[in-house]
Amino acid sequence: MIWILFAFAFWGFTWWLNGWIANSSHAATRGARLAVPIIFGITVLVVWEALVRGLNVPPVILPPPSAIAAKVATSLDVLWIDFVQTFMKGALTGYLMGCGAAFVIAVLIDRSPFLQRGLLPVGNFIAALPIIGTAPILVMWFGFDWHSKAAVVVVMVFFPMLVNTVQGLAATDSMQRDLMKTYSANYWQTLLSLRLPAAMPAIFNGLKVATTLALIGAIVAEFFGSPIKGMGFRISTEVGRLGLDMVWAEITIAAIAGSAFYGIVALIEKGVTFWHPSQRG
Amino acid sequence: MPMTSSGRFASVLPILTVVAAIVAIWYSAAIGMNGKWARDQAARAEITLSTSELIADTWSQERPVLPVPHQVLGELWKTTGEMVLKGRAFSKRSLIFHGWITLSATLLGFVFGTGAGILLAVGIVHNKAMDMSVMPWAIASQTIPILAIAPMIIVVLNSIGIQGLVPKAIISAYLSFFPVVVGMVKGLRSPDAMQLDLLKTYSASGSETFWKLRLPSSMPYLFTALKIGMAASLVGAIVGELPTGAIRGLGARMLTGSYYGQTIQIWSALLAAAILAASLVGIISMIERRMLKRMGAKT
Repeated sequence: MIWILFAFAFWGFTWWLNGWIANSSHAATRGARLAVPIIFGITVLVVWEALVRGLNVPPVILPPPSAIAAKVATSLDVLWIDFVQTFMKGALTGYLMGCGAAFVIAVLIDRSPFLQRGLLPVGNFIAALPIIGTAPILVMWFGFDWHSKAAVVVVMVFFPMLVNTVQGLAATDSMQRDLMKTYSANYWQTLLSLRLPAAMPAIFNGLKVATTLALIGAIVAEFFGSPIKGMGFRISTEVGRLGLDMVWAEITIAAIAGSAFYGIVALIEKGVTFWHPSQRG
Repeated sequence: MPMTSSGRFASVLPILTVVAAIVAIWYSAAIGMNGKWARDQAARAEITLSTSELIADTWSQERPVLPVPHQVLGELWKTTGEMVLKGRAFSKRSLIFHGWITLSATLLGFVFGTGAGILLAVGIVHNKAMDMSVMPWAIASQTIPILAIAPMIIVVLNSIGIQGLVPKAIISAYLSFFPVVVGMVKGLRSPDAMQLDLLKTYSASGSETFWKLRLPSSMPYLFTALKIGMAASLVGAIVGELPTGAIRGLGARMLTGSYYGQTIQIWSALLAAAILAASLVGIISMIERRMLKRMGAKT
């Protein structure tokens, strides 16, 4: 009972605290912008912990955050093996191959307006389909190890990346292209010094969307068969054994890896497209 | 994308060309990928296949590595149209039955997910504390693979006695929830300062500003988010069918297909899922076009 009261009291206090910060004169400062979401996150964790303890929720239904943190700390070796298998081998390889192939093909079809008009709608259509369903097929083709996971990731990231790159290459206006023509620039010069730089915001948009898809693809593909390591494998087997603290530990790692991956791509974007209005100010 | 009628027809030929090219690549890939098995069989029977026999064999195997389009379409027809003609549209072997199982979970989850998402977005736009505390997490949640929680939700709810439709719908709901929150907040914030000032000069109240300016101008953003959310809901429902031993639904068909090496069954379930996704997203775009037209929006 005391835990439940504490949960509500803590929640009320942080609610008031965040309201006070958000409406104070410091609301626009960097510190407040960081502090408010962090306080909210801590509140969620504290209320979760207190309610699980107060209501005696069995750990096979919802383990408290403290148990999850303890599990992460004690099984770092297993988590690292799974991380390497799923993220480094499956997701990252597939991501590089898929995005690379999509980029090259986008530059190639950009030379033919006919292909562009045909491929863009088809690519958009395929990008909206549940591509994750190809996972069982690709697992059959490429075996249980990480190669099949990389293949799923390639298929998942290919079309969003292709569509974004083609759209990006069309981002220059005729005035800019005419200027290049007056410099008597050839196709490659125009591509390298005008159209590719102008395409970068759209290309990075595709790259960022693809980070999330890559991780999802690698994890879900492991549900269809995997060697005895990998995040998706661990999640599905530990769920079967009701080892929910381990499942949550894997999810924590997946969340951290996902945001870090996205963050790194966003940082590179900041460096490459420093000239774009969305990056200024 | 040109929206005039001539512009639309101008892209029909290129699209057909691309689709025809994909089908051609598909058939020729099938020759290469299924060829080994066909040649092995022939070597075992100690006969030599001519090229045309080899091609015919690779396109009609029972468990090919890569089934060709007409095999997949044939299987799709056998498990949908033919079942309907036999009057057994909802038997357990019919893909309509499995598709309906998946569709119902998708739609239920989608309705709850988008409903909650819109409500939270309204709260975020009107409450600064909520905006500052929730919004960064809603955006960050889009960079993490939340689909990984799906098996856990299914099994945990199963262990406390909730089975069937609801757990899958919950997965669909949370997958469609975050895109809708982010899109709707963007939409409700889309009126610029000039328009907001105009309503202030009319001395419009907060709720009047909401109903007459913010909500109408958020519609294009909402529909974009709805399309993403719908696709995500379907993926959620399919993945939600995997961990419970795979009894019913399109995801279950894929999993049993991969257990027993029934490649044609996997491909037909995949095609059914693709048709489902395309029609659901298509319905939303149709509503979008009608609604935006009636609202006098520029398209």
